[in-house]
Amino acid sequence: MSAGVGVDLENLWIRFGDFVAVRDANVHIKGGDFFSFLGPSGCGKTTILRAVSGFLEPSEGNVLIGGNNMKGIGPNKRPTALIFQNLALFPLMKVWENITFSMEIKGASAKERRKRADELLDMIALPGQGDKLPSELSGGQRQRVAIARALCAEPHVLLLDEPLSALDLKLRQHMRTELREIQQRVGITFIYITHDQGEALTMSDDIAVMRAGVIDQIGDGKTIYNDPATAFAASFVGENNVFRGKVLEVNGNEALIRTNRSGDLRSRISTANIGKMKVGDDAMMFIRPEALDLAPTGTKGENFVTAQVTHEEFEGNSFNIFMEGDGGKEIKVAIPNVGQSFDDHTGQAMTLEYEVDNAVVVPAGELAAE
Amino acid sequence: MPRFLKEFFNRNGTLMGSLMLGLVLFWTVGLIILPQLSMLDFSFRPNLPPPEIGGPKDVYTLENYKYLIYGPEGGSQDYNAVDLRVFFRTIVAAICVTIFNLILCYPIAYYLGQTKGNHIRILALMLIIPYWINEILRAFALRIIFGESGVLNTMLVGLGIFDTPFDFIRNDIALYAGLGYAYILLMIFPIYNVIESLDHNQIEAARDLGAPWWRIHKRVVIPYAKPGISSGCTMVFMLSAGALAAPQILGGPSSLWFTQLIYQQFNDNSDWPQGAAYAIVLLVTCILLVLAVMRLFKVNMGDIGK
Repeated sequence: MSAGVGVDLENLWIRFGDFVAVRDANVHIKGGDFFSFLGPSGCGKTTILRAVSGFLEPSEGNVLIGGNNMKGIGPNKRPTALIFQNLALFPLMKVWENITFSMEIKGASAKERRKRADELLDMIALPGQGDKLPSELSGGQRQRVAIARALCAEPHVLLLDEPLSALDLKLRQHMRTELREIQQRVGITFIYITHDQGEALTMSDDIAVMRAGVIDQIGDGKTIYNDPATAFAASFVGENNVFRGKVLEVNGNEALIRTNRSGDLRSRISTANIGKMKVGDDAMMFIRPEALDLAPTGTKGENFVTAQVTHEEFEGNSFNIFMEGDGGKEIKVAIPNVGQSFDDHTGQAMTLEYEVDNAVVVPAGELAAE
Repeated sequence: MPRFLKEFFNRNGTLMGSLMLGLVLFWTVGLIILPQLSMLDFSFRPNLPPPEIGGPKDVYTLENYKYLIYGPEGGSQDYNAVDLRVFFRTIVAAICVTIFNLILCYPIAYYLGQTKGNHIRILALMLIIPYWINEILRAFALRIIFGESGVLNTMLVGLGIFDTPFDFIRNDIALYAGLGYAYILLMIFPIYNVIESLDHNQIEAARDLGAPWWRIHKRVVIPYAKPGISSGCTMVFMLSAGALAAPQILGGPSSLWFTQLIYQQFNDNSDWPQGAAYAIVLLVTCILLVLAVMRLFKVNMGDIGK
């Protein structure tokens, strides 16, 4: 297998008429990394992928693969292979012909191709299935054939456009592990497009969170999840409770926020915004449902929130309490189910407690749609 | 009653069902099969004046078929060279027209099928509208274009490409152009229908895997479009081999089309049995040829209906 090479996007702009699909993207993807673009549909992530694969010329800026500028180089000449959302296997070719299509183009003999196909079929755990047609395979098997077909071209960079979205939940979770394993085995760079934060967090070395053509934040999964740079990143990745307000005090990397509904609350400032937030700024503070804990009702303080319980639900691994929150949004609290008894609190006021370090504040901004 | 018939009646009701079934049967049996059978019957009978029909001389004979091969009895030649030459020329020319049409129509059908946008509908309409005009009028229009003092010659001479007008009609160019143009839609639309349903991602996938454009067509698009291509080719071949108007109007004075011979036998010679035999030979040859080509390219009969 070929070694993975880095991919750089330099001041990348992509416009369709007046519409700006990608706005000044600057990304450095290290060779051999599993890199994900995470964002809602229509955020421009697929457009970026098409620019890397060569199906689309950027309006401005450059795509560099392994340090080489790809300007004017067609998709059939780039060291990339793309796995399509609908896989796009050739329905009239047998599985082994599908897998070795790239070798056929280079003029490899049928014997050579058959041998390589058998090796790859072994790798994707489908030995002996080469003579079937794609339509005779299950969804997960087709998925693996698409991966084998792309890997057979010996790309330096593999591009994946939401390839798991058509699979059912169990298979999707299984394929996550498998994709990650394949990536580590072949050692090439994977660029993965998804709107599913679970996929991005479990598989990726680094993630770029995208919103409306703009990259909001780039970082590893833990950074994105624990230390979001923007309100959008905080609300799109995982579940989060938002408290709107104004900055009342700033002390180093902590701030006191006068929230609209829940009094003055203390929070850590997200790393990307330290030194940038001033007293009086509009701010949004986020606390994860799992970071909130029940406290004696009526306790007051800079890390206590009191609110009315609207409803509760039992999710199996947790009891979820929903309380009246800010701007029509509810505050969600997840109490791990460790066999304790649990009373119905609907209609009562309850007080919640959190560690200041588990709350994060960012400048007020657009939230992810629910 | 077979199950599919029972389901058919359940779905449509007895009255509607019988009506539809009756009309289809009338169409296929009454208007296609019976006339053809009667032609077949004619072709094996001698050409007799009306009083002798049904008389002792009205027996089955192979005379009419022999005539195509050997000519009139006691004739000067061993073979009916004139008619046979016309026959083979017709078949070969129909094959050429079909191939020419395929080469011309495949790119158009591919473009129409794989391009998105409203202008595609306008383009398709522009292809269809000329066919609102009668076939004979279209043939005459081509005659005017290709004529000695026609638009094309005036232009070519005016531009200095030719010194004297070129005789497109005597050289059969007008005939081939007319035949090709007459059935162009029957080639474009079956191919367009199939290519339209081809997932564009497959073309991009092939390109992404390194395939140059011709390779994409060879390995991805054409195999996929095969049912449409065979359907279009069959129709164009059958119809051009059986065309009458275009050869009549656009053919040169020395070049006969086999259908014109059939026409002469029926109308000018009043020899229906002879005409029927010629027609049967043409039909059977065309069918066998189509079946052979389908076999060669591994096309199923069912694919053609797609």
